[in-house]
Amino acid sequence: MVEWSDFERATIQDIFSKMEYEVVGPAALSRCLVVYPWTQRYFGNFGNLYNAAAIIANPLVAKHGTTILHGLDRAVKNMDDIKATYAELSVLHSEKLHVDPDNFKLLSDCLTIVVAAKLGKDFTGDVQAAFQKFLAVVVSSLGRQYH
Amino acid sequence: MSLNAKDKSVVKAIWAKVSPKSAEIGAEALARMLTVYPQTKTYFSHWSDLSPESPQVRAHGATIMAAVGDAVGKMDDLAGGLISLSELHAFKLRVDPANFRILAHNIILVLAMLFPADFTAEVHVSVDKFLQNLALALSERYR
Repeated sequence: MVEWSDFERATIQDIFSKMEYEVVGPAALSRCLVVYPWTQRYFGNFGNLYNAAAIIANPLVAKHGTTILHGLDRAVKNMDDIKATYAELSVLHSEKLHVDPDNFKLLSDCLTIVVAAKLGKDFTGDVQAAFQKFLAVVVSSLGRQYH
Repeated sequence: MSLNAKDKSVVKAIWAKVSPKSAEIGAEALARMLTVYPQTKTYFSHWSDLSPESPQVRAHGATIMAAVGDAVGKMDDLAGGLISLSELHAFKLRVDPANFRILAHNIILVLAMLFPADFTAEVHVSVDKFLQNLALALSERYR
């Protein structure tokens, strides 16, 4: 089981309580599709992903970015058992979506960078450590049911 | 994933913008690396103070970032331009190259934090490629 300090718990709750889902979600997903273009393989039916401008303006990307970010809410509410919380989602990503789990880390890095850009100096080293630890647990749980 | 003409021009442009803050960026990136990836502290056991405010950490971060800036001018031949630095890292420092990626992540994060409007996704991808190529050049002499 993952041990969370009081600071880590408070930091995660704080970041997500102030989260602008419709801004950060789309920004993180579109950044991932631009910076790591091979991730576009999972979005063949999203229409125009031809260049950075098209990706950033794409409404399906924006919508899906928001959806993914909201997907983190359950982990935020269940920090003491993220593994169980995401068992089903892990099966989905493996069996139905066939997503290479390495991609979870790429998206989580982009999300960290977008949140850092939003929070500026408030995103201290300790806050970064807590946020990255949280995302690492999420990423690990999402990869857990692959076989 | 080598650097094309567009990458080089994007990296030069963003470097021109951020270089006045080079020392701050480097200090911040190194401090964060030591905090967020504690295993990297193993390379600095000879320093008395590894906290983010440590003068040793901040000075060294500045040194590293100055070298990154120097590499911006050597993008046409990074491997050739970084031979002596590569030998230093290979034979003396013996830093596991996996750590170059970790530091690169923190440099990118600090750039996004300090220059949110300028560090667009397009700038991000070119900078990511540049740092990846820089890491490759730095590991050139390892074996």
